[in-house]
Amino acid sequence: MITASNPSLPATAADLPEPKRWGDRLFKTITFLSAAMVGVGFLLVAYVLIQGAWPAIKLYGWSFLSNTHWNPVTDNYGALPFIVGTLVTSLIALLIAVPLSVGTAIFLTDLAPLWMRQPLTSVIEMLAAVPSVIWGLWGLFVLMPWLHDVPYTWLNKHFSFIPLFAGPIEGSGACILTAGIIVAIMILPIVTSVSREILRSVPDLQREAAYGLGATRWEVTRIAVLSYARRGLMGAAVLGLGRALGETMAVTMVVGNSPKIHASLLQPGWTLASVIANQFGEASGEIQRSVLYEIGLVLVGVTILVNIGALILIKSIETPGSRRT
Amino acid sequence: MSHHDQYRKLKSTFMSVLAVFCALLVVLPLILVFFYLLKMGFSSLNLNFFTKVPTAAGENGGGMANAIVGTLELMGLALIMGVPLGLLGGIFLSEHGSERTNGWIRFGADVLNGVPSIVWGMACYTLVVVPMGGYSAFAGGLALSFIMVPLVLRTTEEVLVLVPHAYREAGLALGIPHWKITVNIVLRTAFKGIVTGVLLGLGRVAGETAPILFTALGSTSWNHSLKEPIAALPIQIYYYAISPFEDQNRQAWAGALVLIVIVFLLSTSVRMISNRRKRA
Repeated sequence: MITASNPSLPATAADLPEPKRWGDRLFKTITFLSAAMVGVGFLLVAYVLIQGAWPAIKLYGWSFLSNTHWNPVTDNYGALPFIVGTLVTSLIALLIAVPLSVGTAIFLTDLAPLWMRQPLTSVIEMLAAVPSVIWGLWGLFVLMPWLHDVPYTWLNKHFSFIPLFAGPIEGSGACILTAGIIVAIMILPIVTSVSREILRSVPDLQREAAYGLGATRWEVTRIAVLSYARRGLMGAAVLGLGRALGETMAVTMVVGNSPKIHASLLQPGWTLASVIANQFGEASGEIQRSVLYEIGLVLVGVTILVNIGALILIKSIETPGSRRT
Repeated sequence: MSHHDQYRKLKSTFMSVLAVFCALLVVLPLILVFFYLLKMGFSSLNLNFFTKVPTAAGENGGGMANAIVGTLELMGLALIMGVPLGLLGGIFLSEHGSERTNGWIRFGADVLNGVPSIVWGMACYTLVVVPMGGYSAFAGGLALSFIMVPLVLRTTEEVLVLVPHAYREAGLALGIPHWKITVNIVLRTAFKGIVTGVLLGLGRVAGETAPILFTALGSTSWNHSLKEPIAALPIQIYYYAISPFEDQNRQAWAGALVLIVIVFLLSTSVRMISNRRKRA
């Protein structure tokens, strides 16, 4: 019989020699370094853009952001036409996409018959999978000519006294409004699916309580669901804004690519992302390339801020503390 | 029933109809795009399209064989460069990270996910194209892999977290080193989920145009080296769409049809894999 008195055998597991865990340590370090690449990627983008933009930043200073000129001949560059173009197209896109998306999300969570919900969700996922350049192609050859022939001509005929719809309209139909509509279509899926997640996270108790008080269907949605989910829905909209700001290819193909600021939505314009796509490859000279890096810097700065805002808004509805809103 | 109640009911019905209308409007663009892709694209597809390279501008005929192969090549490069990083990062989040570091890494990945894809093109232009002295397939693949990493990282973490803890504990009780448990037990259990995430990422980068526009550049001939520019369907569609020649416009539609088929093949295989997982 073996007893603990034998000095060569350990008495308990704690006395066993520490196992060599170098494999574990190595593996953990490798995975950590891979995860840390997220931070590295971030610094890389910041470094590349700032370094590339530095000559332009030194040359133009803050006035770059408010300068409306874009003249490669005299090297006089300003970003304001692109900033305005980006903001206006994104705003149009949000005005169209957010109500439609929230309406669809309400339909999907509270109204649609059960058998219809999954197929409809799949259709919206398919919408999200269509590449940007295909929306651009369709916009260029189908949507744009139709918009020009029917609504734009009508708007211009009857409402041209409003500066927003002043003419003359481009023969092709390429303009800020067309770009806004295409971007709206492209952000519909993301805003819809995030809104749907948000509405699904509203506890059923909320709805039942409202029904119990004798509310109609719409009143339940308005009082119990929408007011509860308000912050999250705002987050969905802001997330859509982040996508809209960065939309590139489809916008490049339908916006008209003109560095001018017009009051009219029916005039061509240009956006931050699309001017990079259009000019960066064949930038004439170091200054123009540097200017495009600075435009990239503005674009990234704005989208990152918008995305952080969206993440905070969406996260806030997941924590129990936000119920008081 | 009072007038007010009738008004409330009417309003409720009206709003329900409005919601249905919204859903219809959301689906409409997809139907229209499909209709035109089939109508314009299908009639333009022929054998030449799949076997020939583009002709000189203005000449009719030619095809996108090099662009189709180029797109597949770029997807392969993105897969090789992007997936290991994303996968290992996802493993760190689910198996090793503390609550605090995980929060930061997730946040960083979500923010990177929202960076406009054209910016990755600028970054790879500066980091690869300028030092190497020319546009290259490698630069294009790298730009696409930057887009894949955060996507794969997040989906990997999501599926690894679903693996029951008892599996890991069973391994630990047998005295298996932690890393072997991760590789042989956790990864193997979650394999289908990981493949789903990778395919979703590939579907996303297959159609990306902006990041490869000034890295891979596009080309009208076959690619023989990673150091040369390479053709890709999205780039070819873009240039042919804005081209003044009708024959090139026609081929843009055909290219778009082929591209959407590639994208949807990837997403249907995703659905098939995840359905089988549910049944198992």
